Amino acid sequence: MTWPTIRRTLYASLLASAAMAGPALATELRIGLQEDPDALDTDQARTFVGRIVFESLCDKLINITPDLEFIPELATEWSWSDDGLELTMRLREDVVFHDGTPFNADAVVFNIDRSQTLDESRRRSELASVESVAATDEFEVVFTLGAPDATLLAQLSDRAGMMLSPAAAEELGLDLATNPVCSGPFSFVERVQQDRIVLEKFADHWDADSYHLERLVFIPMPDTSVRLANLRSGDIHMLERLAASDVPQVQGDASLLFESAVGLGYQGITVNVANGERSETPFGQDPQVRRAFSLAIDREVINQVVFEGAFLPGNQHVPSTSPWYDENFPVEGRDVEAARAILDELGIDRLEVEVQMANNPVQTQLMQVIQSMVAEAGFDVSLRATEFASLLAAQTAGDFQASQVGWSGRTDPDGNLHAFVTCDGGLNDSGFCNEEVDRLLNEARTASDMDARRALYAEAQEILMAELPIIYLYHPTWLWALRDSVSGFVPYPDGMIRLAGVRRD
Amino acid sequence: MTAIDAPLPARARSRAWAKLRRNPAAMVGAVIVVVFVVLALAAPILPMASPTATDWGAIRQPPSAAHWLGTDEIGRDIFSRMIWGARASLMAGVVSVAIAVVIGVPLGLIAGYFGGWTDSVIARCTDALLAMPFLILAIALAAFLGPSLTNAMIAIGLSAVPIFIRLTRGQVLSVKTEDYVEGARAIGLGHLAIMAAYILPNVIPPILVQATLTVATAIIAEASLSFLGLGQQPPAPSWGSMLNTARNFMSQAPWMAVWPGVAIFLVVMGFNLMGDGLRDALDPREH
Amino acid sequence: MLSFVLRRILIAIPTLLLVSVFVFTLQKLLPGDPVLVMAGEERDPEVIAFLREQYRLNDPIIVQYFHWLGNVLQGDLGMSLRTRQPVLELILERIPVTFQLAVMAMSFAVAIGIPMGILSAVKKGTWLDYVANFVALSGLSIPNFWLGILLILLVSVNLGWLPASGYVAFWSDPLRSIQTLLMPAFVLGTALAATLMRHTRSAMLGVLQSDYVRTARAKGLRERVVVMKHAFRNGVLPIVTLSALLFGELLAGAVLTEQIFSIPGFGRLIVDAVFNRDYAVVQGVVLVTAVAFIAMNLLADVAYALLNPRMRAAQ
Repeated sequence: MTWPTIRRTLYASLLASAAMAGPALATELRIGLQEDPDALDTDQARTFVGRIVFESLCDKLINITPDLEFIPELATEWSWSDDGLELTMRLREDVVFHDGTPFNADAVVFNIDRSQTLDESRRRSELASVESVAATDEFEVVFTLGAPDATLLAQLSDRAGMMLSPAAAEELGLDLATNPVCSGPFSFVERVQQDRIVLEKFADHWDADSYHLERLVFIPMPDTSVRLANLRSGDIHMLERLAASDVPQVQGDASLLFESAVGLGYQGITVNVANGERSETPFGQDPQVRRAFSLAIDREVINQVVFEGAFLPGNQHVPSTSPWYDENFPVEGRDVEAARAILDELGIDRLEVEVQMANNPVQTQLMQVIQSMVAEAGFDVSLRATEFASLLAAQTAGDFQASQVGWSGRTDPDGNLHAFVTCDGGLNDSGFCNEEVDRLLNEARTASDMDARRALYAEAQEILMAELPIIYLYHPTWLWALRDSVSGFVPYPDGMIRLAGVRRD
Repeated sequence: MTAIDAPLPARARSRAWAKLRRNPAAMVGAVIVVVFVVLALAAPILPMASPTATDWGAIRQPPSAAHWLGTDEIGRDIFSRMIWGARASLMAGVVSVAIAVVIGVPLGLIAGYFGGWTDSVIARCTDALLAMPFLILAIALAAFLGPSLTNAMIAIGLSAVPIFIRLTRGQVLSVKTEDYVEGARAIGLGHLAIMAAYILPNVIPPILVQATLTVATAIIAEASLSFLGLGQQPPAPSWGSMLNTARNFMSQAPWMAVWPGVAIFLVVMGFNLMGDGLRDALDPREH
Repeated sequence: MLSFVLRRILIAIPTLLLVSVFVFTLQKLLPGDPVLVMAGEERDPEVIAFLREQYRLNDPIIVQYFHWLGNVLQGDLGMSLRTRQPVLELILERIPVTFQLAVMAMSFAVAIGIPMGILSAVKKGTWLDYVANFVALSGLSIPNFWLGILLILLVSVNLGWLPASGYVAFWSDPLRSIQTLLMPAFVLGTALAATLMRHTRSAMLGVLQSDYVRTARAKGLRERVVVMKHAFRNGVLPIVTLSALLFGELLAGAVLTEQIFSIPGFGRLIVDAVFNRDYAVVQGVVLVTAVAFIAMNLLADVAYALLNPRMRAAQ
């Protein structure tokens, strides 16, 4: 080849690839995720980010509205027996899984059974109240419960209610995690860990007409600024969990859209009140000291300084926007004098407190702000930033005085409270134990009427507010940023990305 | 004793020193380092804001008369944090290299001097440690020890040990057959005395050069560990952790990312220039 | 020659065993419990107990080690605690990525470092030499994660010339693949370029003063011919071996670079694994890295031994 020929070929190939690298097909949506999801098996999965992928990949028995009301998805209707021990569900009759296996009552029985019996299942505790499931008709199932469970519908609207193809699950076993087969609007194409997860539209989906995208690519990009840079350059079309500090920037960019929804979860400081030796400090032993600590925190300033005002200051296990929020205990303003007065009364001049937190920049910034605030009231806080795996280990082992952690939140309020503050709660790292709280929260689980449940929570709240085993700080808001070419996106308080009706021009 | 040539006589040392002083690059390096050391030492008495004093009304302010280098994400003065951060970086550089030298040099001496099995065992361990990427080793060690500046220094120091073992060993091998060592052995000096009086002084020049250059590497390593959240704990400042935070405010507050990077660059450059100068000055081949 | 190589391979075996013992011990000493994270937000005690059993985390550490070693000898590196993918598969997926990054970084380093080194040796003492030296020293002194951050800010965010991060497999779209790795490879290549430049310079200085170059000059050959044909050919040999040795530095540098540019390579795999306490992955990656490192060293030594006599013969 002569040099001119080489040059011509080179230019030609350059042009060709430039064309390929240009705007991707308008029916492809590329989504930037904050983390790489874990196992893509609804029973083995454990991460929040994984649920975002499942939302497109799998159908659930029940769906929710943005106002957290339950609406049909695979189940068309459901009803409870009078004693609250039997849940009867009618199922859609036009559903097939991605591998062609038809969906029916047997498939539901298979899935619930798998969630309860698979050794690796992370769904067992969510379905603990279910004693058995039976197919009473080709498209009708009955759940029989050991005790009334007001939270079951919420569980069935999440991973526990997601249906896998029984044929695929039997054949693949645990390897389903690398090749998931569901019945959702998109089916699995490929995954390269930490790089991408690709789904394509499932033409035989029962609601295929509502989905206008042909291909989805989920791309994990842990660095928030890199994620935003990719959105601005058009390499991705939307991203989840925008950094709060980037909100003004996104709002100021005409080519980008901003969406948000107050989440279901909270962030707070869990205090070690009775979990081993390290609880034996004034901070762990005296609720008044914790009250002083809480009073010294300016939650509104935290929201402004750390989160650009995008989040919601909080003092309870649910945000003030929730119907379950207790209006008798509004978020208090900061009162350093009152905090100081409490410490003076207890004869405490200055008190050292060690708080551990996850070593990410946001949590670090948050705790430094708090450290500076409570110092004025007399608390000398030392911070201990650790990786999450160490943080959790220290927390369960009781090797902490206070730990800044949070909870991603559940649709039902029970999911935000019961396991954390009941004596035998699985997530009760503070060691808090109060029989009255146990009784009230257990009762709230079985009461079916919302008003009755609210009354029980209100009583429990009174005790918890006095004891403060967890000092709540704020409720994260889910923040999304999208290219303006994307339309039809509806934000949900569970932070999921639901793509029905979403288009890209 | 006088019959035996003392290695690197005082004359050679002063010649090296004179040569170093005539090397402008090395002097520039020394000046940079000295300036940072002085600033770091003077941090407590300098008339400036506390590095941890927050101001909610002045978060992420660009450089101004009140805050020469601007303020950070919770309204702290970046200039003050830079100066206090210099302490962390310089300490990390010097202390971790000291750890590496104190452990590495004796092991290298022993391996090189005694040879045989001792040498084989130490050499295999060194090989094994060198086969793991430096930063990976430091990350794992720092995670194991728990995040703190002290532990980061220990982790970096331990990761750098094999470099000094290998260097010392090689140096020992090349001098142990020299006449004056043989002579010392002939007059019945003990192993320890020979190592201390006749071998060690010959080993020192290259170690000095390597140590200076490793301080540069160690400062970058500390910044890397802090960047990953495994170094200096908040609210105390370190250049690496300042960069880590700054990464989230790249477009809103680019100055947050600029200063710590510039500082790391300058100090590391200073140590590299000094190391190069030392190498030239101590190199016996060029006169 | 063959016996030399064989001996080196034999020596490598205990070294690798030691590496595996180090990593294994170190990991077991790490605080934090991977199972707590793996069990999910709910931390179901049944799941925790099951996982501990399944991954043999209840066994004494010696038993765990020999079990792991036995599997490795059969070619099984275990399974990722986090995603249930076989470790070997994860590693094989990553090798092409980091390899491509390494090759591109090395190309940058060679393309910048060697000509700069030759130039500054030939023009020793001129302003060109000083500038080249200063640039090289800057390359060595700049923290590469900082350089990466600045480049993203400038080139991607402000100018929009190159994608800020991500990776496209070479075979699926070569041009785009090279584009995505351009910045990271440059960042990774700067320190290497500096090292190469400095070594090339000093090697060239040595060779330029040697007798045969003087002879060549005396014969009246043009300076360019002298430099390229006589000096460079001989001076470059140690550089080749040095390049192989720099491989280790490259892998270490890739750790942070991949982190910043979100490249799914070796470096990110191992950092994530350390932070998530994904024991099997850490163990596997370090082992493979060590093998690669030792192999590169061996290669460098063999190359040197092979080239050396010829060099002498040529004189």
